[in-house]
Amino acid sequence: MKASARRCVNVAMSAATALAAGLVVLPLLLVFGFLMYQGVMALNVGFFTQLPKPVGEVGGGMANAIVGTLILVSLAACLGLPLGILGGLYLAESRDRRLPWIARFLADVLNGVPSIVIGIFAYGVAVLPFRRFSALAGGFALAIIMLPIVIRTSEELVRLVPSSMREAALALGIPEWKVLLRIVLPTARAGIITGVMVAVARVAGETAPLLFTAFGNRFWHQGLDQPIAALPLQIFAYAISPYDDWHRQAWAGALVLIGMVFVVSLAARVVTSGRFTGVR
Amino acid sequence: MADGILVKELNAWFGDAHILHNIGLAVAPKAVTALIGPSGCGKSTFIRCLNRMHEVVPGARVSGTVRVEGEDVYAPGVDPVQIRRRIGMVFQKPNPFPTMSVFDNVVAGLRLGGMRERAVLHEAAERALRQAALWDEVKDHLSKSGVSLSGGQQQRLCIARALAVEPEVLLMDEPCSALDPIATAKIEELILELRGTLTILIVTHNMQQAGRVSEATGFFLLGELVEFGVTRSLFTNPRDKRTEDYITGRFG
Repeated sequence: MKASARRCVNVAMSAATALAAGLVVLPLLLVFGFLMYQGVMALNVGFFTQLPKPVGEVGGGMANAIVGTLILVSLAACLGLPLGILGGLYLAESRDRRLPWIARFLADVLNGVPSIVIGIFAYGVAVLPFRRFSALAGGFALAIIMLPIVIRTSEELVRLVPSSMREAALALGIPEWKVLLRIVLPTARAGIITGVMVAVARVAGETAPLLFTAFGNRFWHQGLDQPIAALPLQIFAYAISPYDDWHRQAWAGALVLIGMVFVVSLAARVVTSGRFTGVR
Repeated sequence: MADGILVKELNAWFGDAHILHNIGLAVAPKAVTALIGPSGCGKSTFIRCLNRMHEVVPGARVSGTVRVEGEDVYAPGVDPVQIRRRIGMVFQKPNPFPTMSVFDNVVAGLRLGGMRERAVLHEAAERALRQAALWDEVKDHLSKSGVSLSGGQQQRLCIARALAVEPEVLLMDEPCSALDPIATAKIEELILELRGTLTILIVTHNMQQAGRVSEATGFFLLGELVEFGVTRSLFTNPRDKRTEDYITGRFG
C-alpha cells in the first residue's frame, strides 16, 4: 500500500471512530439540552423550598420530593452497598467453584428483572405485612435493584487488583482477611466508587419500584415507616396531570434529578482522585 | 541456637505437575545462600515452600519437612501467618502497595499486625529504610506515593517493608531481574551489608551475582537440587557434570 493510500485510510478511520464517539454522547447532550430548555423556566427558589400547592393554585415546589429522594437513595445505599461490595469481594476471592458461579448467575438474572417486578416483590415483603407504604420499603426495593450492579462491578474491580499485591501482603505475615479489607479493597476503591455511583444514579431515577412501596407523599417526610415523596414519583404524577403549571414543574423536577446525579458523581470523582489510587 | 534452615525430602506439586523432587539442604544461619538454575527448574517454588507461600496458589501441594531456626514450618497446628512474619520475602517485580505512601508501605506489616504506637512505627520505618539503603533518598518524601519512586527505589522499599517486621530469614526471588545494573549494584551492596544480621536466600538467574553476594550456592535443574556447596568451589570446581555444563554456558 502506498503512503498516500495509507494516509487516506487513516483519516477515514479516525473520522469514523470520532463520529461514533460523537453519536454515543449525542443522546445525553440532547436529553440534557431539552430538559434545560423545558425545565429551567420553572426553576426558582420556591421549587427547592416549598411543598406542592393544592390543585388549582399556581406555584409551590418539590422540596419534599428532593429530600425524599435523598432519603430513599441513602437508605438503599446503606442496605445495598455493604452487602454488594462484600458479595463482590467474595465472588472475586472465593476458591470454591460452584457457589460463586451460582451467585454470579443469579446476580446477572436479578440485574435483568424489570424494576416493576422488584417493586411488586418489595410490596409483598415490606408493605403488606406492615399494612403501610413506607420509606423503608422504598429503600428496600431500590437496594435490590442496586445490588447486582454493585456486586458485579466490585467483583470485576477486585479481580483487577494484581495478585502480586496479595502475595506481598500475605508474605508480610498479614492474615488473609486483613489483606482483603486493608490492601485489596482499598486498591480497588477508586474503581468500585465509580461503579457504585452508576448504581446510585440508576436507582435515583427509578419510578416503578417506588409506586407501591414509597408511594409518594405531598408533605414533608414523616418518619421512615411512613409513605415518602420521591422526585421520580412526583415527576410522573405531574407529567400525567392536565395542568400546564404541573407540566412545567415536572420538567424542572427532571432537570433537578439529573443535576443531583451529576453532582454526586462529580463529588465522588473528586473525593477519590485526591489520595493515591490503585486500579480504576 | 541459630540453626538456619533445614530442608528434608521436600516435594511440591501444582495440581498433577510434580515440581520439586526430594529436595534436601541445610542453609547456614546469617549467611547469604544463592539458588541458581534455568527458568522453570523450581527455584522460586522452593523458596515459596519455605514461608508457606506455595500453598496460596490453588491446587498447590507440599510434602516433606522444613525447619526454620528449629521450628517445623509444616507441623500440624502451625499458623502460616506466624511463619510468614518470621520469614520475609522480596519478589521479582517491585510491588509496593499503590494506595499507600512510602511510610505506610514500610510499616504496613507492623501496622496490620496490630502495632499502633506512632513512635514505634517511626523508629521501625527509619531503621528499615536505613537497612535498605533508601533512607537518605526518601526521608523528605515519606508521604509521597510508594509507586512514585523509581524501579530500583521501589524494590528497596519492598526490602525495607520486609525488614520492618524484623524477620529471621529474608527470601529474595530474583530481586534484580527487573532492574538496571546500577540499581542492581545497590541491591547487591545492601545484601552484603545485611549478611550477618539475618539469613538470606536469593534466587537469581545471574551467576555473577550469585558469585558476588553468596557464601553457598545451590544449583537446581528440572526440580532437583543437583549440587549444593560453597559458592567458590561450586563455580570453580563443580562436582556434577550438569553443574559444569550450566555454569560454563553449555545450556540454559
